[in-house]
Amino acid sequence: MAYSKKVVEKFENTLNNPEAFKVGRFDPKDANVGTGMVGAPACGDVMKLQIKCEPKGNTHVIKDVKFKTYGCGSAIASSSELVEMLIGKTLEEAKAIKNVEIVEALELPPIKIHCSVLAEDSIRQAIEDYEAKQ
Amino acid sequence: MSTQSTIYLDYASTTPVDPRVASKMMEFLTPEGEFGNPASRSHRFGWKADEAVEEARSHVANLVNCDPREVVWTSGATEADNLAIKGVARFYKSKGNHIITSKIEHKAVLDPCRQLEREGFEVTYLDPDDKGVISPEAVKAAIKDSTVLVSIMHINNELGTVNDISKIGDVTRDKGIFFHVDAAQSTGKVNIDLEKMSVDLMSFSAHKTYGPKGVGALYVRRKPRVRLEALIHGGGHERGMRSGTLATHQIVGMGEAFRLANKEMEEDHKKISKYHEKFLDKVKEIDHVYINGDLNNKVPNILNVSFNFVEGESLIMGLKDIAVSSGSACTSASLEPSYVLRALGRKDELAHSSIRFSFGRFTSDDDVNNTLDILGNVVQRLRELSPLWEMHLDGIDLDTVEWNAH
Repeated sequence: MAYSKKVVEKFENTLNNPEAFKVGRFDPKDANVGTGMVGAPACGDVMKLQIKCEPKGNTHVIKDVKFKTYGCGSAIASSSELVEMLIGKTLEEAKAIKNVEIVEALELPPIKIHCSVLAEDSIRQAIEDYEAKQ
Repeated sequence: MSTQSTIYLDYASTTPVDPRVASKMMEFLTPEGEFGNPASRSHRFGWKADEAVEEARSHVANLVNCDPREVVWTSGATEADNLAIKGVARFYKSKGNHIITSKIEHKAVLDPCRQLEREGFEVTYLDPDDKGVISPEAVKAAIKDSTVLVSIMHINNELGTVNDISKIGDVTRDKGIFFHVDAAQSTGKVNIDLEKMSVDLMSFSAHKTYGPKGVGALYVRRKPRVRLEALIHGGGHERGMRSGTLATHQIVGMGEAFRLANKEMEEDHKKISKYHEKFLDKVKEIDHVYINGDLNNKVPNILNVSFNFVEGESLIMGLKDIAVSSGSACTSASLEPSYVLRALGRKDELAHSSIRFSFGRFTSDDDVNNTLDILGNVVQRLRELSPLWEMHLDGIDLDTVEWNAH
């Protein structure tokens, strides 16, 4: 399958410059960190997303994000794209992110839409984990 | 986009046409060339084309040591497999309705078998051992009174492992059952002597052996005679087994490619073995790699490796100027990981992580060196990105994790 230019760019940039693209991890026990992990190795993709937040007014804001993804190029590009969308957002805003935004940003073909769904699921889980700690 | 800067290591998928083959094919196309219909009996255009077709038939026969009259031209190995399997099963259906094949066959064998199941035949799909080999004992054990046909591939296209078709042939001949072999990956790689083996039908492809796409052949044994029901009717070409005007230039191309394969097999083998060895040594230096298939019983032109904790398609994308293929689900239209690797009992994640490197006549030292220079590095960088690698380094047994599959 031919990839969209955007997927290739995102994938290669993430691979070549992992730190700048927020590859890494926070201590999952940190009270300010929420961790989400979705997917399964047997299915060919696992996405782990961590958000670091701080309170602001009556909500919380995502200050920093780290991720790691096992999966195809589109899965890696999707997580990387999502990560960029998250920083600076309140939890409410982050919850409102829909997978179609990733699909559109990366021009994912129908067969790769599940990659964006996985990304959406990972942010939901990470927020749940964070909220449970508060 | 030019593909010239990309290194081609996917010869098991298809090979380029050898330039010597291409120039020979050119002689049978244009007004200046021998463009006649080989079936035209009334003029020299036809006679010349027929001569060329028969010469090509001899080249194919010589490579596998059979009588040229046992070679039937087809559009490729897929058609040859279809003709052999459906043709024999339907012709002999009054004798029995049971067929034996294996789970690691090419789809060109599995899909005709599925079709025959829909027509009321019963098919047994044998499991390979963990190296990807179908044993003669397994074939023997599956035979019933109603068995009419056994179809087992010679060399597996994903793994390169070799089945002992000579021994399997002894089993089937002993029981009076027809034996078909898909040998699409074999020509020019290993010696085939049909005179010595009890194989009744064998499928060949031109484009895996430096010939053109769109042509292949089916070997149909004369003694003891094998009969089959044709799939395509209209003109009675190829003794009624495959009608349709013969594609002279394609056939000439296949003949020339097989003639060269016969002449240069040893040379090709020597060069490719050297690359295989070099590749293997270097790949083994990377942690957590698994060689799929049997190193002691495989052809050197195919090397299938699983790089644990890295997904195959992302590795292919990481190796951006290198053309290889993967058993990963993401590279298949079905989104299922390789059924061949799964049949070996490999865990799904190792199937997702597999890459098939295949070498050929035009592979160069530079191709191999340049690939090896970046391979380890790309695997390492993808592992840095992989949560599975992180968990592995933390000492977590991935088999005990409860995954959140979606």
